[in-house]
Parts: sequence; structure tokens; C-alpha cells
Amino acid sequence: NLPFFITCLVVLKIIKHYQEEGQGSEVVQGVLLGLVVEDRLEITNCFPFPQHTEDDVDFDEVQYQMEMMRSLRHVNIDHLHVGWYQSTYYGSFVSRALLDSQFSYQHAIEESVVLIYDPIKTAQGSLCLKAYRLTPKLMEICKEKDFSPEALKKACIGYEHMLEEVPIVIKNSHLINVLLLDLQEKSTVADKHELLNLSSSNHLEKSLQLLMDRVDGMSQEIVKYNTYCRNLTKQQQQKQQYLQRRQQENTQRQSRGEPPLPEEDINKMFKPPQAPPRMDTLLIAGQVNNYCQNIKAFTSQNLGKLFMAEALQGHSS
Amino acid sequence: MSVHKQVARTKIQNNSLNSSARSPAPNLPIGRASSKISDWLIRVVAVTDTRPPTSARGQQHESHGDLRSLSSSLFIIILHFLYEIMAVHGPVVKIHPVVLASIVDSYERRNEGASRVIGTLLGTTDKHSVEVTNCFSVPHNESEDEVAVDMEFAKNMYELHKKVSPSEVIIGWYATGYDITEHSVLIHEYYSREAPNPIHLTVDTALQSNKMNIRAYVSSQMGVPGKTVGVMFTPLTVKYIYYDTERIGVDLLHRTRASPSRTNGLTTDLAQVASAAGRVQEMLSTVLSYIEDVLSGKVMADNSVGRFLMDLVNKVPKITAEDFESMLNSNINDLLMVTYLANLTQAQIALNEKLVVL
Repeated sequence: NLPFFITCLVVLKIIKHYQEEGQGSEVVQGVLLGLVVEDRLEITNCFPFPQHTEDDVDFDEVQYQMEMMRSLRHVNIDHLHVGWYQSTYYGSFVSRALLDSQFSYQHAIEESVVLIYDPIKTAQGSLCLKAYRLTPKLMEICKEKDFSPEALKKACIGYEHMLEEVPIVIKNSHLINVLLLDLQEKSTVADKHELLNLSSSNHLEKSLQLLMDRVDGMSQEIVKYNTYCRNLTKQQQQKQQYLQRRQQENTQRQSRGEPPLPEEDINKMFKPPQAPPRMDTLLIAGQVNNYCQNIKAFTSQNLGKLFMAEALQGHSS
Repeated sequence: MSVHKQVARTKIQNNSLNSSARSPAPNLPIGRASSKISDWLIRVVAVTDTRPPTSARGQQHESHGDLRSLSSSLFIIILHFLYEIMAVHGPVVKIHPVVLASIVDSYERRNEGASRVIGTLLGTTDKHSVEVTNCFSVPHNESEDEVAVDMEFAKNMYELHKKVSPSEVIIGWYATGYDITEHSVLIHEYYSREAPNPIHLTVDTALQSNKMNIRAYVSSQMGVPGKTVGVMFTPLTVKYIYYDTERIGVDLLHRTRASPSRTNGLTTDLAQVASAAGRVQEMLSTVLSYIEDVLSGKVMADNSVGRFLMDLVNKVPKITAEDFESMLNSNINDLLMVTYLANLTQAQIALNEKLVVL
């Protein structure tokens, strides 16, 4: 997967948007603008979307977007809609809404990405910005809108093949480099080095709690599917039994010389149970997978830090 | 010699009078600052004034020429000094890096033939400071004798921005370029209708002095009231302010300077801890080499640095070995258990996936 470029302006704008407008577990969203250069994506600017407030029912999102893009075109900013960004709370972003939005973007422009910015992880010491795209398989399924188990089985889609991560590369112009140099000279040294913070229990607790919720949801889905399977097999058995009885009766009647009973439509009698849609299960599985990966990354980092602390203590004692 | 000193002293007095005219209101710190400067300068003059006179006529001529060049150089020194000190008055301007990045970006995208770009600054104000948090560029045309700014556009954009962040207000405007031109005065007048006491920010993107000079000004009236009234831009202190997450983002961006293609990927988690450990190691080795120098007598010992060193050594907590062992082990156990559970969960859902497909 080819990495795509992003400029420092976009990074700073996304950070600022979350910091100012999105406290707590609210997600903030915005649109990414850029251009496609020889099937490589370059994101050069972005603008935020206002929050959905209750007292602004007649706020027209499309109109806001159109106006913004028109104005930006006047000042020579690229106005190609190449994706969107969203902030996330502890990594919980795999949801139906995200899928739908990303599908509509990707349908229009093939290389669209969704940038997920994790502010909590960033506050822990290093910028956490990931880009995702829907896999072609998932795009097919979304197009068909057929989420039954058979369709998914045919497409052999697993939760790992839903979203593919695209590597990000930050690219800056020379003038921005000059600016960064200037900033570094004039700004005070940071007094908080969050990256080497040893405390982990808070973050772990929250992550594990979210994981438990999802696992519960997952088990419910599994139970639903199991009951469906059981119902299906029971129904098959019933059908078989009915057919057998019919045949028996028919042979009996024939032996007695009576006309056979009319063939009834067994399908109408035994309506097959509704197959539960598998999309939700897939999403939950994907989300659980994401949580687990985040947790593992976090624990490995913390283990490293603990060993560092041990070394420090070992020297002094 | 005393004549020279006297002339120098009067020149310095004149300069300090000028400086007080430049400030918006006479203030005690300025008086103290200018007296400090005058004392320092008198000492400089006295020190440089120890040449023996050559001849009677030559002495007079030489001394005048010397004095002129000396006073002109002194004047320049005073101006630079005063810029630093003068900038204490008026609100402090705190800028976020987003604003500067946005200005540079719009400068790079300017139309053909435009030598500079202007735009609106958004942010919040309070009693002593102005915090600039956002900006957008405004299309404008500038020629020798006229300037046209698209005000409709500016209003529209401000409305759109207000929908996202209702707490940001127009606090001024920016322009790229080094000097303040007459057109700036006109544009500033327009902006003073939008905001009370607007700030004017200049970003020198043409890098005239080999640096990107970022300056902020506030305008004030000057001149004779009733007759010729003019506008004067007084400089303000500029500070860079970051949110925590912004600083972390900027740290990452700094690393793009090192690579030749100006690119940088985002690193994996363990690699980040490794690089942070590397940084701490570097800092420790710098401190160690300084201590070696002081011990061997190469560098003078500085008491304040010594106090910092004591703080540093005391920061490593003194715990008995067993206590530390038990703490470390319990933490490691927690993390390992969580990792095990996460792996188990992943295996579980993978299994479930396969079973469904069967």
C-alpha cells in the first residue's frame, strides 16, 4: 500500500480542533482536502465540521461544506474532497456510521481515507494519527447491501479484512522547515515529558472496560447466531419429517386406491427463520480486534518504561 | 573629555525623550529602563573616549566626526535594545503554531504576481494578552497606488468559522513581508472597524534577515491633534504558546527537518520509547561532561546549576530494594496479564470467525 503525504498544517489543525471543541467523549469531525498525484494521495488542508447541536436543527451540512470549499478555492487551496477525519475515544471508531461515510467517500474517489486521530494516546506522548481505507472486498459487499451470512461467506471476508491501514508520511515544504526552526529557537523547552510517564492503570482500566462491553455485545451476537443455526436445523428436520410422512401417507393411499394428497407448498409452511445480519458481528469483531491491538501496544510501551525505571534504580542503589 | 561626555549625555536624553513619545503612555518601567540605558551608554562612551588628542585643529574635527559616528551607532543599539524593552507595553500576543503554519501555507499558494498575502486573525482576548488561535487568508489586490480587499469574503469566512468555534473573534490581521507599508494603514483601519484595537502581525516569509521574523504591532494615534494626525505601529511581545498535544505534534514535525526528502513516518510504539530513552541518555551525557569539566577546573562552577543537579539526583526516589522489586513485579504482572487477555480475546474472535464460515 502506497503511503500518502500529509502536511504539518493538517496535523496542527486536527490537533487544535479536538483540543478546542471536543472535550470528553465527543467526536469531532472534519473534511480533508488535497489532491491525487499519480495515484498517490496528498492531503494539504482540512476544515472542521461544526458539532451537531440541538438548537441548530436547520443547519445544513451540505451547504456549509459547499460554501467552505468555494471560499477556499478563492485563495487557491485545493478543493478536492479526498477524505475526512475523526477523533476517537480510546480507539472505538469501528462503527456502522464510519463504514457508511467512508463508503460514500470511497465510492466517489477511490483513494479516500479516513484519518483517525487519537487525542488520548497523543497526550500520552506521541502523535497517534492513523489512516484507514475500506478493502475492495468490503466495498463490494457494501455496494450490494447484502449482509446475510451466505454473502459474507462467499466473499470470505473476515474482520481483519474490513479496514486496511495506510501508512502516513509527513511532508513539509522548505519554508515550513524554516518556520519550525524559528519556533524551536524561540519557544521554551517543554517541561512535561509525557512519553516517559510510568502510570498506566487509568488507561488500562478504561480500555479494558470498553473491551468488556464489546465482548459482551459480541457474545450476544454469537448467541443470536447460534439460535438461528439451531432453528434452521430444527426446521430442516421438521421438513424432512413432514415429507416422509407425506410420502408414507401417499403410498398408503395408493395402496388403498385413493388419490394422493395434493402436494403442498412446503416452503410456505415452513418459513425459514430470518438470518441475522452479520455486519454488526463483523464490526464488533473488528472493534474488539482494534482494542486488543491498542492494549498490546500500550502494555509493550509500559513494559519498556518499567525496565528503564529498573535500570535507573539499579544504578543508584 | 567632559565636553564629549556632556554631548553624549544630552544625545541620550534626547533619545529617551523620543522613546517616551513612542510609547502609548508614560510608564515607570520605561523611565527606569531608559535611565539604565543611559548609565550603561555613558560608561561605554567613557571607556571608548580614552584616545590621546593628536593636534589642536585635528582634535576638534576628529572628535566631532567620532562623536557623530559613535552617536549614530549608539542610536542603532538603543533602537534594538528599546525594541526588546518597548515591547513590554500593550498586550502580549500569544500565537499558536497553527496560525503560523497556515500563514506560510497561504503564502506558498499566493496568486501570480502578488508579493504578499493578508488575512484575518481569530482568537480570544483578555486583559493583558491576546491569544491567536486561528486564521484564514483573504484575497486582495495590491498595486502601487491602490489596494482592494475582498471584504465580503472575509465576512463570509468569519461566519463559517464561527459555526465551528463560536468563541473565536476577529482580533486583528496578518500580512507577510518585512515592512509596514501605507496600504497596511488602510487595511488596519478597516480591521479596526471589525475589532477593538486590532493586532497586526507580520511574518517575514521572504527571509530578509535570514530568519523568519514574526512581529506584532498595535496602532496608536500620533501627531498634533487637530492638524496632522498619523498612525504609528508600536511593537508588542510575541510569545509562542502550545497546547500539550500541540507540542507533542510539533516535536514530531521537527523530525522532518532531519531527513533529506523532508518526510517522516510515524513511528511504532516501542520505537518511541527507545528514542525517548536515547534522548534522556544524550541529556545525561551532556550533564556528565559539564560536571567533568567543572571538576577538572576547565569551567567555572555555577551555583544555580549545582542546585539543579542536586534536584536531579534527589528526584530518583530512594526505595529499599525489596519494595522496589515488589512494585516492579506487580506492575509487570498486571501488564503481562492484560496482554495475555488481549491475545486470548483475539484468538477467540478469530476462532469464532472460522466457525461461522464452516
